[in-house]
Amino acid sequence: MASTRPRLLLRGLSIGGIGPLDAAIAPGECLALSGPSGAGKTRLLRAIADLDPHGGECRLDDRPAAVFAAPAWRRAVAYLPAEPAWWADTPRDHLRTPDAPAGHDRLAALDLETAMLDRPLTQLSSGQRQRLALLRLLDGQPQVLLLDEPTANLDADNIARVEALVADYCAERDAACVWVSHDPGQRRRVAHRQLALDGRGRVTTCN
Amino acid sequence: MQLISLSFADLALAAIGVIALAVTTAMLRLGVARTLVVAAIRTAAQLCLVGLILEAVFAERAFVWIALIALTMLLLAGREAAARQTRRFTGGYGFAAGTISMFLSAFVTTVLTLVVVIRVEPWYTPQYAIPLLGMLLGNTMTGIALALDRLTQNAWREAAVIEARLALGATAGQAVADIRREAMRAGMIPMINAMAAAGIISLPGMMTGQILAGSSPWEAVKYQILIMFLIAAGTGFGTLSAVTLGARRLFDDRHRLRLERLRRATS
Repeated sequence: MASTRPRLLLRGLSIGGIGPLDAAIAPGECLALSGPSGAGKTRLLRAIADLDPHGGECRLDDRPAAVFAAPAWRRAVAYLPAEPAWWADTPRDHLRTPDAPAGHDRLAALDLETAMLDRPLTQLSSGQRQRLALLRLLDGQPQVLLLDEPTANLDADNIARVEALVADYCAERDAACVWVSHDPGQRRRVAHRQLALDGRGRVTTCN
Repeated sequence: MQLISLSFADLALAAIGVIALAVTTAMLRLGVARTLVVAAIRTAAQLCLVGLILEAVFAERAFVWIALIALTMLLLAGREAAARQTRRFTGGYGFAAGTISMFLSAFVTTVLTLVVVIRVEPWYTPQYAIPLLGMLLGNTMTGIALALDRLTQNAWREAAVIEARLALGATAGQAVADIRREAMRAGMIPMINAMAAAGIISLPGMMTGQILAGSSPWEAVKYQILIMFLIAAGTGFGTLSAVTLGARRLFDDRHRLRLERLRRATS
């Protein structure tokens, strides 16, 4: 992988005393990020997505974030919060491409029914909403996935489905992934490499 | 018909009603008597002061004085609009946004009306300029205060939704569009309701005043329609300007939601 140009390059990334984080993530590669609660994992993901002012530099395919318009950067480098928010009535209203056939394959892969897309969000369970949020994220065809505890509300079967779908997506599209997880087993399953934050927000390597 | 001049004795008679109300509420321990009396005294004192100033200005008719009064009214309205916010913009931005918006809408509307519609000579004749500006500023201020309050409150409450949209690649404008629309509506609804109810449910204050002062109802109605239209345009454009400035301030140039630019008012 050393010869490949990194999809996502983080250089001295820091935010509010957290970091600095240096990492190069290759196309198709997944980096796991762990650390105690409150260490700043979420803030680092938000910094990569440029949702908060931060120090250091992020590059996508060697192009710095500053040359992208911010919305274009976030379409390419997509952040999935731990508690995704919804604004319209049904999941379908949130999709960029409401009738994409690719979406139907992913629905099945996540054990969701097409009819759910038109059901009021209030009638869906938190687990269903969490999987639909991943679907919504992939619908934008990002090149980098920033996933914050994407399986927190899921049972074992659905955890496996989400892990498989993300792996397929990254392999298919050569997308890079940063996956925040508190579960060591999950980090070993999904990630090619692991980084950890200590209680003071400093980055340590652990494998 | 001649205007019947009121004496201070007449006003004292009218005050009996307020005093009776204050005594009654005090006996019932409703806890509003003191506020009621203070407000009544403020009304009398403030209006007398304004009356004295206006008498002097009307006699003098000097542009400088009229401009000075107009500027004072504008700054007070800007301060009042900013003071009504539950979550205020830091660094006086709320005051600036409100004041600039009121200047753009209320001042421009007033001057245009004086020059183009009423065509009074000179255009700053205080009998026309001051009441017109006062009514426009008052209504525009209410609209702007309501709209900015709704904008900042909703942005705070729905930060997760705004950021979810930003994270999926929406621009700041797209992410805040719903909240902006609601804020605009909040600012303009009172004025729209007033237009719809005018004459049927309520007799507008200015029209009533003109009729009391001896104008024919028909002349009073024409002025009232003029004022309603001016207020509608002034409030609408003022609110639009304030909401646009406010919504822009909620984000930075990288389309990030910057809620730290708001702080809760200490009340």
